[in-house]
Amino acid sequence: MQERSQGDGGEQRTDASGDQAEPEGDDAAVNPLIEELLGGKHRALARVITKIENRQPGYRDLVSQLHQHTGNATVIGVTGSPGSGKSTLVDKMAATYRDRGETVGVIAIDPSSPFTGGAVLGDRIRMGSNVGDMDVFFRSMSARGSLGGLSTATTDAVKALDAFGKDRIIIETVGAGQNEIDIVKTADTVMVLVPPGSGDDVQMLKAGILEIADVFVVNKADLEGANRTVQELREMLDYSDGGVPRTVGHHGPDAGFDGSGGEDHDDEEGWDPTIVETVADRGEGVEELLDVLEQHQAYLDNSGQRDAQRRARYAEEIRTLVREDVNELLVAEIDHQGGIDAFVQRVLDRETDPYAIADDVVGPIEDCVSERRE
Amino acid sequence: MSINQEQRTIRCLVAKVGLDGHDRGAHVISRAFRDAGFEVIYSGLHRAPEEIVQAAVQEDVDILGISILSGAHDTLVPEILDGLKEYDAFDDTLVLVGGIIPDDDEEKLKELGVAEVFGPGASMESMIEFVRENAPERD
Repeated sequence: MQERSQGDGGEQRTDASGDQAEPEGDDAAVNPLIEELLGGKHRALARVITKIENRQPGYRDLVSQLHQHTGNATVIGVTGSPGSGKSTLVDKMAATYRDRGETVGVIAIDPSSPFTGGAVLGDRIRMGSNVGDMDVFFRSMSARGSLGGLSTATTDAVKALDAFGKDRIIIETVGAGQNEIDIVKTADTVMVLVPPGSGDDVQMLKAGILEIADVFVVNKADLEGANRTVQELREMLDYSDGGVPRTVGHHGPDAGFDGSGGEDHDDEEGWDPTIVETVADRGEGVEELLDVLEQHQAYLDNSGQRDAQRRARYAEEIRTLVREDVNELLVAEIDHQGGIDAFVQRVLDRETDPYAIADDVVGPIEDCVSERRE
Repeated sequence: MSINQEQRTIRCLVAKVGLDGHDRGAHVISRAFRDAGFEVIYSGLHRAPEEIVQAAVQEDVDILGISILSGAHDTLVPEILDGLKEYDAFDDTLVLVGGIIPDDDEEKLKELGVAEVFGPGASMESMIEFVRENAPERD
């Protein structure tokens, strides 16, 4: 450890420059930073996530090398409106997982200013239950105003935590907008927090959150209106599948859970979203919540859903990367051909039209690809 | 914003440590840093040195700004610095201290590795400029 502190800076520098000239180095050469990460060094994990966030040169190689070490963690997505208690609940969940002997990684995403790009990331304030416990790795990320890039960065950061050996990874984000929903959808199990007593929740449910939730958490269940919120949720779920969703109160589960995954109906009919009541700041209902999450995990395994989920996720990941890469290629090509402004001027002057330009730019690439295919 | 374009953003941890409930300054600075385009992680009040270390290591911040108005900087700041060293985070984290720090103590803190001490009357502009100029270079 000590000798690293001297070697660290210099070594990384050489390795970063070596990264770009990678092809000659073969795939066998494992990046020293990755080696440290796999060896359990927190600083290396933190630095890898920074590189992922910054998209520093060579970060793709890092993520590539991580990939083969992933696939062991379960990923839980947590979303809900601001102030619904996500951070507090995540803190208690992490502490409870730790009590059960599991290690936890948390990625908390907060919005950033569209004007300055700056952000105040405040989720860490609630992490009071895991003070000084380095086995809870908490990382704040800001949206950095990037379209699509955020879900890529989150996916990659999850890989880093997974490869590091975290058993449970929690992604926490404000449920406001497609971007966030996309991120949360990358989780194995999606939890949606619904605070009691506001008509706004119905709006949130309308906006598509109903479909993504595997578990609804009515947090602050000690507040007035909690019962009504549970009732409303239940009615809404009744409409959606005709079944009766199960509810777990924070005073104890309705039925005895033994981790067998409630095979009475889950296996045949798919997963019915479960409603759980919690009082996060007092830690009430957290055990029950984790049991329900466990049941969902068991359901994923037993039903073959997990495999389907993974396939869908990787397919989406590949599509996103290919799309972004091609996009970049074309941006460079447009610059090469005189820049977008020159094209715009020609369109304005009615010399040509946008479709023709798109054909002109993409055409040669298409030719190239079809030539290679033959 | 494309996926491979580098997006370097300065990350700061604004930390309140020890038994010191005066966080107005920390809030004002968090906000000024945010408006300067930095990512600011705010620790919340009454943090133990080990919590600050944990946060600085995990968040991989470029800047650690410690706000202390309680007079306990002689004890708390060295503990934080030692913790950073323990996790190899000391060399590439710029540590700043803000608060009421007597001149003699300021010297001592700087010897220990604090980059700069900002007392009452320090302007936001000067702090932001200092951060921009001194944010550690990382590969």
